[in-house]
Amino acid sequence: MSVADRSFALSQNSRNRQRSNFELYAWLFMRVSGIVLVFLVLGHLFIMNILDGGVQRINFAFVAGRWASPFWQIWDLAMLWLAMLHGTNGLRTIINDYAERDQTRFWLKMLLYVSSAFIILLGTLVIFTFDPTIG
Amino acid sequence: MATAPVGTLYRGGQGMWSWVAQRITGISVFFFLYVHVLDTALVRVSPEAYDLVIATYKTPIVNLLEVGLVGAVLYHALNGLRVIAVDFWSRGPRFQKQMLWGVVGVWVVVMIPGTYYMLRHTVEALFGATS
Ligand code: HEM
Ligand code: HEM
Repeated sequence: MSVADRSFALSQNSRNRQRSNFELYAWLFMRVSGIVLVFLVLGHLFIMNILDGGVQRINFAFVAGRWASPFWQIWDLAMLWLAMLHGTNGLRTIINDYAERDQTRFWLKMLLYVSSAFIILLGTLVIFTFDPTIG
Repeated sequence: MATAPVGTLYRGGQGMWSWVAQRITGISVFFFLYVHVLDTALVRVSPEAYDLVIATYKTPIVNLLEVGLVGAVLYHALNGLRVIAVDFWSRGPRFQKQMLWGVVGVWVVVMIPGTYYMLRHTVEALFGATS
């Protein structure tokens, strides 16, 4: 389905008529973030699980070594935001698909947004305030 | 069709199953990520707290779960690229079935050595060194 087709399909859905282009942008965001995440997440998994002994070598000192470099800080930050927004939007779609009562749908999405915002903020804070000399 | 899903785009045949798998892997990875950010946040508590939780990642059963996680992410990523190709590449829809076999093929080819390297330490610890 091309962007134009997608835009048309959305305009046919009564719940989207007279509304903004939000659903179209969300659909596009899933694809753009997905392409970037291929590199970020598969790279992360390769480094963490396969390279140099994989998961067995991970500890506090290992993380301290990595986050000493802005490169890995930015990598992790981008991965955090993109994966969380991509996953949250994916779950929003799934809630829309399965939760039938308006009330249920509303509260499930509120729960989703609040917990996702919390995780994004916590993860961001952890990267920016990391202290290798703690403890 | 009173209960027709609102946002569901891909239905029927292996196209439907690839979509069901996309959905299940997406949800699983998302929930892992919640927990994962929480466990990583322990670096702000103390090195001991972090190392203690990371030690569970190194146990045999969790190690096996990690192979499952990597398999789930890899499938979701490959099939996601296929969905993107179907949407944006003019000839994508015509080749979507072949691309699905491509996804399965690449997944198998990557997971075989991947599983070997991920589990090597655990297998050696449980059954003695292999080399
Ligand atoms: C078993 C598999 C995994 C292991 C062993 C692992 C390991 C780690 C480690 C050691 C860190 C600390 C920071 C660093 O050294 O870069 C980290 C951070 C992070 N990982 Fe993973 N990871 C795994 C899977 C994943 C997956 C599948 C995702 C994405 C969906 C992910 C996303 C992140 C993010 C966003 C951070 C930054 C957290 C923060 O901001 O506090 N990880 N991971
Ligand atoms: C690694 C690269 C990734 C790619 C290429 C990718 C691609 C995609 C694509 C194309 C979709 C379909 C969107 C639609 O049908 O409109 C999707 C859905 C989804 N993705 Fe990802 N994704 C990736 C990583 C992730 C990660 C790390 C997570 C979890 C944090 C995730 C969670 C989801 C969820 C929950 C859905 C919704 C599934 C549904 O509606 O059935 N994805 N992804």
